[in-house]
Order: sequence, then C-alpha cells, then structure tokens
Amino acid sequence: MSITKRLMYVNRRAPYGTIYALESLEVVLIGAAFEQDVSLAFVDDGVYQLVKGQNTTGIGVKNFSPAYAALGDYDVKKIYIEKESLDQRGLSMDDLQHLTWEDENEDYAEKESMHLVSREELADLLEEQDVVFSF
Amino acid sequence: MSSIEVNGKQLETDEEGYLLNRDDWSEDIVDVMAAEDDCEITEAHWEVINFLREYYDEYQIAPAVRVLTKAIGKKMGADKGNSKYLYELFPYGPAKQACKYAGLPKPTGCV
Repeated sequence: MSITKRLMYVNRRAPYGTIYALESLEVVLIGAAFEQDVSLAFVDDGVYQLVKGQNTTGIGVKNFSPAYAALGDYDVKKIYIEKESLDQRGLSMDDLQHLTWEDENEDYAEKESMHLVSREELADLLEEQDVVFSF
Repeated sequence: MSSIEVNGKQLETDEEGYLLNRDDWSEDIVDVMAAEDDCEITEAHWEVINFLREYYDEYQIAPAVRVLTKAIGKKMGADKGNSKYLYELFPYGPAKQACKYAGLPKPTGCV
C-alpha cells in the first residue's frame, strides 16, 4: 500500500450554472477508489450545493444532489461546512442534507459526516492537507 | 449512433451499449443484452439488477464496484457481498455489466 495522502476538495460555487460542483463530486467519487484520506469543504456559495430539496426541473439539468448522500458509501466521512458562509446566506445546518456514514465494524451504525467549522478552523484544516483541490 | 433492438423497437445506446434514455428500460432489455453476452439470467442476477435500479433512484449515480459489493453485503449477506460471487454472475465486471443491464450509465470511475 502506498502512502496515504490527505486530500481536501474545496467547493466554493453554487451547484448549477457552472460545471464545477458536479465535476468536483465526480472527481471525489472516482478518487475515493484510491483509498486516500479524503475530506470535503463547502464554503462561500458552495454551501448551496448541500441545500435540501433541490429542484432543477425549471433549468433542464439533472439534480445531482441526491448523490451527496452516497459519499458515506464511498468512505468519504469528513464533510466540513464553513459557519461564516452559512451565516452570510441566512442558512443553518438544518437547511442542509444530513450526511452520514455507516460503520461496518459496528453493525452499520450511522455516524456523523457533517462538521460545522469556523473560518479559522477551516484555515487550520487546509494547512494540514497534502493536497487541496479548489472547485 | 448505436442502438439495441428490443421487441422490434430501436433504442439508442452509447458506443459501449449503455442505454441513453433510462426511460427506455424494460425487463425484456435484460434478456436481449444477456443473449448478446452469452449470459443466462437467473433470479440471482435479477437481485443485483433490481438493487442497482433502486440505488440509482435514490442517489442518481451508478455505484463503483467496491461500493456495490459492500452495499449488497449489507442488504443480502456476506455470501453475496463479495467479488467472487458477483464476478461469477457478471463476468464482464459486476458494476459495468449489471449497470448496463439495469439501464444505468456506466459507473462513475469505470474506465
């Protein structure tokens, strides 16, 4: 087994209108196969990617937001949401999907994936990464 | 444009035989695709195909083989949630081949 790297995907843009959010998600799902230490951060308009109850029928694109709930299946268990970004948009954690992962070693017990962090805490997390992907 | 003929109707597929429109899917398609692959479809195959269709309905993605194996193991037990069992059913790759039969796109991350 090769050395495990810490990879963080930073999502900063609204889910639709550009391809960034979907591309980021696809890269995460593909990259998960390489068994690295993966985390996702949602900041700025990126927090909208996790908003519950998205409906894209009016804009004629696929609503890919249900796929975030599969991240746990892909062993992506660390999702960081920046508090300041939520606050600035009048959002709270209750407006976002609740993402969890299942621990196979504990009879598939559901565990928390979502972590609310301050800008300062996120800066520290970014500092700890080997690789940061910005989308 | 490639296509597959099912019950006298031409359905569009990509160059690898995956259906372009998920709404075109019917159970008869599975028989046609399986016949092309020289594969006989059993109840065990249907279990996996139906599982994939449900997974896609919920998450809007076709799971990678590792994820599929784990999820099948959780739902149907460890004797089915392993690559040996799944590769015996779908020798062309459980995720790839079963997703094709299920009318899903090719799994994300499959080359």
